[in-house]
Amino acid sequence: MQVTEIDRRLLRQLQLASDMSTGTLAERAGMTQATCSRRLDKLTRAGIIRGQHARIHWPALGYEVEVSLRITLEKTNPRAFDEFLAGAREVPEVMEIQTFLGRVDVRLHVLARDMSHYQHLYRSQILTLPHIAEVEALVQMAEIKSGEALPL
Amino acid sequence: MTLDATDQKFLAALADDATLSAGELGRRFGLSQPAAWRRVRRLFDDGVITGRRVDLNREALGFGVTVFLGVKLATKGRVSLEDFERAVSAIPEVQSVHHVLGLYDYRLRVVARDLADFERVLRRRILLLPGVGDVEANVLLSEERRPGPLG
Repeated sequence: MQVTEIDRRLLRQLQLASDMSTGTLAERAGMTQATCSRRLDKLTRAGIIRGQHARIHWPALGYEVEVSLRITLEKTNPRAFDEFLAGAREVPEVMEIQTFLGRVDVRLHVLARDMSHYQHLYRSQILTLPHIAEVEALVQMAEIKSGEALPL
Repeated sequence: MTLDATDQKFLAALADDATLSAGELGRRFGLSQPAAWRRVRRLFDDGVITGRRVDLNREALGFGVTVFLGVKLATKGRVSLEDFERAVSAIPEVQSVHHVLGLYDYRLRVVARDLADFERVLRRRILLLPGVGDVEANVLLSEERRPGPLG
């Protein structure tokens, strides 16, 4: 589908405050509520809006530690990526898995209750994943900007 | 806040699709609409759910490249950290900024139309930020989000 300037305006507003009502969203995007609903439907059906997900604040559930693990794999084995990724998916505390072109092959975003829980996870579930050549950890101190909005 | 089994199901369902109404959640998990509504309300009131993340199809909207950057500051000190954070957050292409402890000081997620556009953002915006030192770029190839330790 062709994404028009009006659609972009709507998506901009949706990214800004996604939990407002369709009424408020329509008003801010300068269209009627019916038009707004219709456009949102169309954008969703066309796969432009892939989904809307509740953002969980993990510290409220007792998960105080977030660590970004930057991993390089032993690439001599052609199945290294697949086997590593399959293993990482089995660890419930792994929230995000990204693969890269660059010095880092894979990044895992890991949650833990506290540092001793993290230490345990790291030793028993992360370091035991197959084909790891090197791991570097970045411990998250503060979230400065989030939401991952696109500059539409 | 501690969640019971039903809360966990609600949370997992909303993390998957935040547009679900209390009525739909109630039908799915065998609760009345008002009982479902109270559970959803409590997840918001207790700060477990803090909002929504809209997942847009980047490629379809013309953003072909996502890059994760590790940034090290050349000069440290309270003032320069705040200056850096304010300036980097103001760049529209920078989607997220995290202050981290380790090899780098900041982790950035940057989106661009293509590699040439990324080069422009990197050279004209990011490398000119106050205090910026070493920068490492890794171009995103694939990404998956997992539900996390629920249930």
